Formats: sequence, C-alpha cells, structure tokens
Amino acid sequence: MTMLDSAFKFVMATPLLLALVKILIIFGVLSGIVAYLVYMERKVLAFMQARLGPMRVGPWGLLQPVADGLKLLLKEDIIPAGADEWLFLLAPAISVFAAFTVFAVIPFAGNFYVTDINIGLLFILAISSLGIYGIILGGWSSNSHYPLLGALRSSAQLVSYEVAGGMALVGVLLLANSLSMVDIVDRQSSAGVWYVFLQPVGFLIYVIAAVAETNRNPFDLPEAESELTAGFHTEYSGFRFALYFMAEYTNMVVVSCIAVTLFLGGWLRPFASVQALDFLKFAPILALLGAGIFILWLGLKSLVKLERYFFVFLAAGCVVLAALVAFPPVLNAIQGIFWFGAKVVVFLYAFIWYRATFPRYRYDQLMNIGWRVMIPLALANLIATAVLRYFWLAHHAAAAVALIGR
Amino acid sequence: MPETTFLDANELVINMGPQHPATHGVLRVKLKLDGERVLGTECIIGYLHRGVEKIAENRTYAQFTPYVDRMDYVAAVTNGMGYVEAVEKLLGVEIPPRAQYTRMILAELQRIASHLLWLGTHALDIGAMTPVFYTFREREEVLKIFEEYCGARLTTHAFRIGGLQYDLYDGFERDVSKFCDYFLPKVDEYEQLLTKNRIWINRTRKIGVITAEEAIALSVTGPVLRGSGVKWDIRKAQPYEAYDKVEFDVPVGEHGDTYDRYVVRMAEMRQSVRIVRQCVERIAPGPIFGKVGKVLKPPAGEVYHSIEAPKGELGYYLVSDGTVNPYRVRVRPPSLINLQALDVMSRDHLVADIVAIIGTLDIVLGEVDR
Repeated sequence: MTMLDSAFKFVMATPLLLALVKILIIFGVLSGIVAYLVYMERKVLAFMQARLGPMRVGPWGLLQPVADGLKLLLKEDIIPAGADEWLFLLAPAISVFAAFTVFAVIPFAGNFYVTDINIGLLFILAISSLGIYGIILGGWSSNSHYPLLGALRSSAQLVSYEVAGGMALVGVLLLANSLSMVDIVDRQSSAGVWYVFLQPVGFLIYVIAAVAETNRNPFDLPEAESELTAGFHTEYSGFRFALYFMAEYTNMVVVSCIAVTLFLGGWLRPFASVQALDFLKFAPILALLGAGIFILWLGLKSLVKLERYFFVFLAAGCVVLAALVAFPPVLNAIQGIFWFGAKVVVFLYAFIWYRATFPRYRYDQLMNIGWRVMIPLALANLIATAVLRYFWLAHHAAAAVALIGR
Repeated sequence: MPETTFLDANELVINMGPQHPATHGVLRVKLKLDGERVLGTECIIGYLHRGVEKIAENRTYAQFTPYVDRMDYVAAVTNGMGYVEAVEKLLGVEIPPRAQYTRMILAELQRIASHLLWLGTHALDIGAMTPVFYTFREREEVLKIFEEYCGARLTTHAFRIGGLQYDLYDGFERDVSKFCDYFLPKVDEYEQLLTKNRIWINRTRKIGVITAEEAIALSVTGPVLRGSGVKWDIRKAQPYEAYDKVEFDVPVGEHGDTYDRYVVRMAEMRQSVRIVRQCVERIAPGPIFGKVGKVLKPPAGEVYHSIEAPKGELGYYLVSDGTVNPYRVRVRPPSLINLQALDVMSRDHLVADIVAIIGTLDIVLGEVDR
C-alpha cells in the first residue's frame, strides 16, 4: 500500500510522468469512444431509417466495434504496385496523429487536461491543418485515378473551409482575450454567458465548417461513395484503412470538443451562474438511472435468455454507479466531465443526424458556398465583433478612469 | 469536344464501372474528364447479355413467358404483361374483364415498386442515404401482395397467355386498398425529405437537361420524355387492357431536367394509386381465361405491341411462321433507348452529375443487355 502511495505521490510530483499518464488515459478512453462512436452512428442511423443496425455480435451488437477492429487487423495489408511506398505507408499515420494530438490542449474538465498552453487555439488550428497531408499524400501516393480525384477534392475543400472556420474562432478569441482553452472556458464562466449567445453567427459558421472539415455528409465529397467509390482511401486495406477510419471519427470528436469548449461553455453546466438551477448538478444521477431503466427495458424485450441476464446485470450496474455518484464528493468531482461529455454527445448525435437527412453537395456548389457565403459572412462577423468589442472596452475603460480619478 | 484542354493539360479517361456502386449493375461508362468536368461519355454495354431474344426462337410461346421477367427484373409484372398481350394480339384472343383489371392492378403496383426502387437508389446516388430504406419498406408491401398472389416476389410470371393462371386470392382487394391508404402518406413523407430540400434542388435542377425535340429525336420514352414536357403515355395514346375505362392524369415536366423527372415520377406513383383504386372498385367475379387452345399455334404473321412500362415504352415485335415457336422476337427495351440520351444529357457536367443522370434515366442493365 505504501509503495502504491509513494508511486502515486511520485507521479503527481513529476509533471512529465503525470502528463504521460494523462495521455495514456485520454488515448485509451478516446480510442474506445471512437470505436463506439461508429457503433452509435450505425445504431442512430438505423433508428432513423426504420431498421435495427448491428444486432448479431454480442447483445444488441455491442461487440461489433471489437469484431470490426479485429477483422481489419487480420486483413492483408495491400500496397498497390505503382504506389509510392513510403508515402503510402506514412499517410494514414499522419491523419491519425493529427487527429489525436489535438486532444492535448482540450480541457475535459476544469482540472483535467494534458496541458494548458497559452497558444492552445493556434496549436489546434496548426495540427488539424497537418491532417490534410494525410489525405492528400494518401490519395496521391496510391497512383490511381479515383483516390487522386478524392484527394484533390478534399484538399480544396479543407483549405477553403478552414479559412471560414478559423475566422469564426477568432470572434471567440476577441471576446475571451486569450488563446488558452482553459482561459476561454473560465472567461465564459466569469462572464456568466456561453459564447454561443454572443457569437451565434460564428457558432453556425464553425459548425458548418466543422462538418466540411471532417468530410461528413453533406460535405463528404472526398469519399463520395457513389461517385468516387471510396475517394482517397480506395486503395487502402486492412489496418491502414482502419487508421483513416479512426482519424475521421476522431476528428468528429475533436471538432465537437472544440465547439463545446469555445462556444458552449466547456465543462460548465448550463446556466452555471444561476443559483436557482443548482439542482441540475444531480443530472448525472438521473442520467445513470435513466440509462439503467432504458437498458432494463431493452433487456426485457430480448428473446435470448442470456441476453436478458446480461442486460439486467448492466442495468443493475448503472443503478450501483448512480448510487456511487450520489455521494457529494464524487458528484462534485464528475460535474465537469459529465457536462462536457453530454454536450459532445449531443454534437456527435447532430453529426449523425445530418448524415441521415441531407443529400450531398456537388464539388463546385461546395466551393461556392465556402467562398461566396461562408468566408464573407465570417469576415463580417469578425469585423462586427471587433468593432463592438472595441466600443465595449472603451466604455469600460472610461468608467475605470472615472473611478480612479474620483 | 475540344481536342486540347486548358494549358494543354492531358485529359483524364476514367472507367466508371462495370463494377461501380452508381452504375446500377454492370454498365461501364468511359468518362473523358478535364479535372472534374466531363468532356464526353461512352457507354459500353453487354456485360449482362444473355441472348434472351435468341432463346425465344427455341421455346414455345408459353415457355418463353418466364424469360421476359428476367429482362427488367425490377418490373417483371409489366414485362410479362407486354409479352402475353403481344401474343394474344397475334392469336387474336380477347381476355375477360376480370383478368384485365387484375393485370392492371398488378401492373400499376409494379410501377409503384419500380419507381420506389428508382427513388431510393437515385437519392442514394445523390448522397441522401435515408430514402432508400423508406422506399424499400413500402416496396416490400407491394412484393408481399405479389407473393400472396402468385408465389414469387421478383420474377413473378404472374400472367398467362390468354388470361391469368390464378384467380385472385381471398382478401386481395382488401390488401390492395389497404396498401393504397398506407402508401399515399408515405409519398408525402419522401417529398418532405427531398422536394424542397435545398441541396436536392441544387443537385437536380438544370442537371441533365434534354429538350423535347432532342428527346423525341433520340426516341426517349416514359418519364424521361414526359419530364421534357411531351405528353406521351401509351396508356392514353394506344390504350391496352382497360386503361381507356379508368381516369388518370399524365404528369409532365417543363424543363426536362433531373428535378422535373423526379417530380413526374412522384406524381406517377400517386396516379398509379388512383388507377389501382378504380380497378379494385370495378373488378367483378367472372372468368379469368379467354378462349385459347392447349397448344398455341398463332397464324403466320407479325405483330408489334407496346405498353407503358415503368421505364418507358416496352415493345414486343413478334414474327410467327405458323409453328409453335416464334420465328423472331424483338424487344424494344425502354432502358436501352433511354440510355442513348446519356451523352447528350451529360455534356459539360461534372462527374457528380453523371451519377445523378444515370440515376434519373432509371435503367436496368438486365433490360439494356437482355
């Protein structure tokens, strides 16, 4: 016990080790989340499309991501004869690397993040731009027509939407006066308002740009299945394909996390400054109980005896967790991560919803919207924010001068 | 087609198909591209050629009936109907009203099923993945009625030369009426997803335009022709069965673009429901078979008979030499002839539009290649 204790103290006292441990935790948990995001997407799409989705692997298809991952691991890794081998091997790794690295600066809760650097936002923009190389190089090095077209499309798309998305973020930057992600949430806390209410246009632009940057429907041109078969990753197979797949879904989580942090108050609960809504802090308990009831309901519908037992067991687990969470110290500890997670899930659900609803834009239409609508709008938003901010600051400065002078 | 492109860049030739998710089977389209712009297309067909017309010459008239189901396999009922009517015309047989109305009900249900399949796959090609599941759900109901009636869902072999093999099963009228009541709100549901959807309109308006003159010159038929504003429907122009006794409208478009063809087909599904309802009202007990002999031996001669299949004019040209086998059977498949319009329609469009245009032509490769 004492050895564990001293090890714990050592880790806490060594910043590098602490960061490493955090990275391991975040990487492990995120990989799992990404895998189950695919499951969630399939289930939600199925729910919207009058079908069941994965049902065969495990109870209600819960083991489907595991099966998919294993299958992809065991598949042959094919390198096309005319491919540029090194780049072909390197490209998917770039994509995944860029997607996961961004998490280093995302604050999941007020006290849980890998690092808080004072250029956090710039770091995110820089790293996520690097991810484009994964797509371009992958498409180009395949030495094949469809991937090349897909890669060309995606490079044009990502570059143009990054401009609009980046400008939308600058609006927040002006309000928060900081590039640090933690600071931005703290400012929202002290201002008593989420930035989505001060920057509604910026928020909308960022959401649209985020969908475009993650290559999701209705902007999924680089991998438009019906036109380019699979776009830039047509020639990839096995685990290299899985890497691209993982990168895409990780990117979805990334942009959701950024949107939640910058616009939706990060780890803050809704209306954090309103004391009357303090009862909202019991939401985690209710959520767990609700999940338990839902699982029980699912389980009772199941015709397989073993599955019924499993679901009842799972529901009981939820209730036990709810009881555990009901302890005030635990409840306070998980507040931040709960609200952050809940907001991200809502965002991800919306991503899936778009996919079920919209047809796909055509390449030139996409560019038109990007350059003729989104960028001018983002620019106007930026200028308006800057002007308003200037007058607001001037007003306060005058008040401060008056205060000191008296 | 310009010989050289901008800055003398080489044009890119890519093969779309025969294995490609958007070519609806084994169509192969050679695309000449300048970047994403299409400079020219060339269709290469024949990957599904089975020599159906030649097979007919070695079969008796009755034996050949199931083969026609396998041409347009998503609209087998209408294919079969066209053939049996052509043979009946050759034999000079009248078929009783009960058989006529039954054929019309099943043929119109088949039109709905075929249009549903078109709508789902067309929307899927344009990137909307949900409609296909909804349309297949409703198509399933039609197929259930077929199955209940003749035991098969896809290649039905529903009719016989001279009438019907099976009389209607008990509750057929109830099932069909129930389907009609269930189906109309569903069409509104599809329209909610697509008709006023900005992206859908952007992707289909002014895409694949074909003028009325061009359409007629290319002898395009069916919804593709009507989308260009030509009011030509064989059911009205040369009525067969009892189509002259039922009321229905022929929806037409204005601009001849992909959107208009979409609107026309959606309206046609509603009209089909209207026809089916009238037929169900009028169907009365009676014989189901006309006067045909055990051995079909039509007199020497030839006949051309065409019907309005879901995809356009489906014609059968039969030549009889007085024996039990046809001397020659020639099929005029709407899919093949509509496909000729692809090059005209896709001029100066982008790659993504080619997919939309192939979808809007509503081709079935089994019928193109036969």
